[in-house]
Amino acid sequence: MTEGPKLPILYPMEGVAGKTGEWRTFYPVLNPDLCIKCNICWKYCPDHAIYRADREKDEPISFDYDYCKGCGICAQECPKGAITMVPEGE
Amino acid sequence: MAIVLPKVSVKDLQEWSKLGEVFTSGHRLCAGCGAGAMARQVTLAAKALGDPYMFVNATGCLEVASTVYPYTAWDAPWLHNAFENAAATASGAIEAMKSMQRKGLMSERNVNMIVFAGDGGTYDIGLQSLSGAVERGHDFLYVCYSNGAYMNTGIQRSGGTPQGAATTTSPPGTVIPGKIEWQKPLAEIMAAHDIPTFTASPAYPRDLMAKVQAGLKHDGPAFMLVDSPCNLGQRYAPDISMEIAKLAVKTCFFPLFYTYKEEWVLTGISARLAKNPDRKLPIEDFLKPQGRFRHLFKPEWKKKLIEIQDTVDDKWERLVTKATCV
Repeated sequence: MTEGPKLPILYPMEGVAGKTGEWRTFYPVLNPDLCIKCNICWKYCPDHAIYRADREKDEPISFDYDYCKGCGICAQECPKGAITMVPEGE
Repeated sequence: MAIVLPKVSVKDLQEWSKLGEVFTSGHRLCAGCGAGAMARQVTLAAKALGDPYMFVNATGCLEVASTVYPYTAWDAPWLHNAFENAAATASGAIEAMKSMQRKGLMSERNVNMIVFAGDGGTYDIGLQSLSGAVERGHDFLYVCYSNGAYMNTGIQRSGGTPQGAATTTSPPGTVIPGKIEWQKPLAEIMAAHDIPTFTASPAYPRDLMAKVQAGLKHDGPAFMLVDSPCNLGQRYAPDISMEIAKLAVKTCFFPLFYTYKEEWVLTGISARLAKNPDRKLPIEDFLKPQGRFRHLFKPEWKKKLIEIQDTVDDKWERLVTKATCV
């Protein structure tokens, strides 16, 4: 939060409904060797729970498990099958 | 002035993905909700234009889920009023802003206004205020994301519910096969107001974002109808949301096009299907994965299935006849 007057000002921010990662039954796991950094999963994620891949830095995508609801769209849409859904607790 | 769709390349999208989100994570939309993907794509396309943006939201899933009192998931000026008056609220906001600019209270610059409303808030409840705002000619883009029922209040049928769909107020049984009527031709109704009208799907983000930018660049009102899959109300597993949206386009149930005055143009996959009709999928492919159409595959409703295919074919043929392709 920003510095300034000591007033309880509310700014738009992540986590309106708390950490929605609690809703999850399955969690996505990436196989980084298969990730081609196309960012298709990033485009489709309804929760913006995927950090984009960076081609320049050669970084694959990663997940924001605080907010990922575990819908599995990323695993379904990945053209390389690099994402698998694993039951929580395993 | 004709509508020119900007070309959105994969590279553009890679650049825009660095801009940061307007519709932030941690909202209460269901896991696998198509409206979440739609809202992210629309807001990002608006942000990529560079001008300030603001949003008006009619009551609906998106509004209820993203603004749990007193918080907001929208990193932007955002206004909600009621179910029936989203377009009227947007008109007021735009005109108030223009008045403040005239009086020197606000710097003179273009501000992009986007209105989000669901199918209940557009097909049924908000249609008169939308038609009025379009007639008055305020400069905004109205995005109707249609998930085909009042999903937020308990899956009641709306004017946008497809024929044969089971909802809590059109339950299938021995007498009726789900909803009896075909949905309202909303895109055609809005096109008849002589404004740019687009249809888009979150499963094809580049097409959707190009249309958002074309609609915002147009001086005056523009309308966009987005097919928004809903795993809760359409009854399928959340991970196939985007597959369902793709099948709606590939079966020609929800064609992607834009129209302005006499010009009708098919875009993306729909343009390819018009050129290669043998690639068009049968409507069963779209209906089968969805639980709301499950009863149509019982022997007693087989006739209904053929009827739906005939209607889809007829509407598609008529669209292809009057449209050009890009």
